Amino acid sequence: MTPVLRTDALGKRYGRRQALTDVTLSVPAGRVVGLVGPNGAGKSTLLNLASGMIAPTTGTIEVLGSRPAANPAQLARVGFVAQDTPVYPGLSVGDHLRLGARLNPGWDDGLAQQRVSQVGLDPTQKAGRLSGGQRAQLALTLAAAKRPQLMIFDEPVAALDPLARRAFLQSLMEFVAELEVSVLLSSHLLGDLERVCDHLIVLAASRTQLAGDVEDLLAAHYRLVAARGDLDPPPPGIEVIQATHTARQTTLIVRDTTGTLPDRLPAAEHLDLEEMVLAYLGRAAEPAGTANAVQPLEVSR
Amino acid sequence: MIDFHLDARSGLSPYLQLVQQVQQALRLGLLSAGDQLPTVKEVVARLAINPNTVLKAYRELEHQGLVSPRPGVGTFVTRTLTDDSLAAHESLRAELVAWLSRAQRAGLDADSIEALFMTTFRKATEVTP
Repeated sequence: MTPVLRTDALGKRYGRRQALTDVTLSVPAGRVVGLVGPNGAGKSTLLNLASGMIAPTTGTIEVLGSRPAANPAQLARVGFVAQDTPVYPGLSVGDHLRLGARLNPGWDDGLAQQRVSQVGLDPTQKAGRLSGGQRAQLALTLAAAKRPQLMIFDEPVAALDPLARRAFLQSLMEFVAELEVSVLLSSHLLGDLERVCDHLIVLAASRTQLAGDVEDLLAAHYRLVAARGDLDPPPPGIEVIQATHTARQTTLIVRDTTGTLPDRLPAAEHLDLEEMVLAYLGRAAEPAGTANAVQPLEVSR
Repeated sequence: MIDFHLDARSGLSPYLQLVQQVQQALRLGLLSAGDQLPTVKEVVARLAINPNTVLKAYRELEHQGLVSPRPGVGTFVTRTLTDDSLAAHESLRAELVAWLSRAQRAGLDADSIEALFMTTFRKATEVTP
């Protein structure tokens, strides 16, 4: 099956600023992909490249096997919702649906009408007067009703209150269950991602820090806690992502590259998604050269 | 029909939480053979979780021989986990409630009660495996 997203040494430069560096990824179809990272990590740049809003400076990117926005057929296969779920404030909800129907050859009007009434949007209401949650639901409906194979969202829930956020993710997951669509969304709310995503891409400092199916990633990462010095040097076949020390104790967040760590160290504990992501973001935030598997970085607590 | 919930702080993956909630319902007699589990879309719409998580949980329950899918209809319970002990549940629960109120009257807070129960429970199940 063609990967939904494939990049090879992808890079994007804005003037002097390198927004994305050497990103090589392959995301299988049918996934809900969470793209996480701090502000300025390159998340929006990657999503804009995938939707074809911008072109790469170096390397290549393919979405569903083709160059993004290569032709009208390719545009019809991808639904993109930019940051802050923009809509036309002067147009009504109904106008948006009519516009969607006119602009999209594969428009599913039944789906759009049903969803609009299910989430309680008034078709005569001007989009500029909708709440943030309603606007996000409208943008989601428009993206889904074009019946794309991939939906891309840039921080869709960042500006929403918890209730609207949950409602949005419920609607999104319903579409995934119903339409067999792949989803690529960025967020910095790790708790939400743990529920909805089954594939993860961690970006920091313009580079990929971690990418893969969530289940595989969680299975390969452990926390090791031991008396200070007992883990020095660390056992073979592991990569130390983060090391913290107190006077008596050492805690390592590690990636097991052998698959045998639990047999060798029964005390190794699994991490949750948030702990794993934070370890990688923490490592990426360290000055270059200090984070090193052989000489773990000293962090006092 | 049962309702699922997710506890973000349980430390268990969402898929395992769903599996355990079905097993629990089977053990308590809340679900019995022939009952239908919520559809994937219903669970997804309620919990805002990835449909693959629900599918995985249902596959695991199928693998355990507890449920079986009927294509196009849904997933149905094929056997229960209750046995003859179910009849004894009510009187045991009443004794436990009485014990809990005695513990509270004796000044134990919730944490102390849980700790006392768990250590006693572990010790008791150790000697009679």
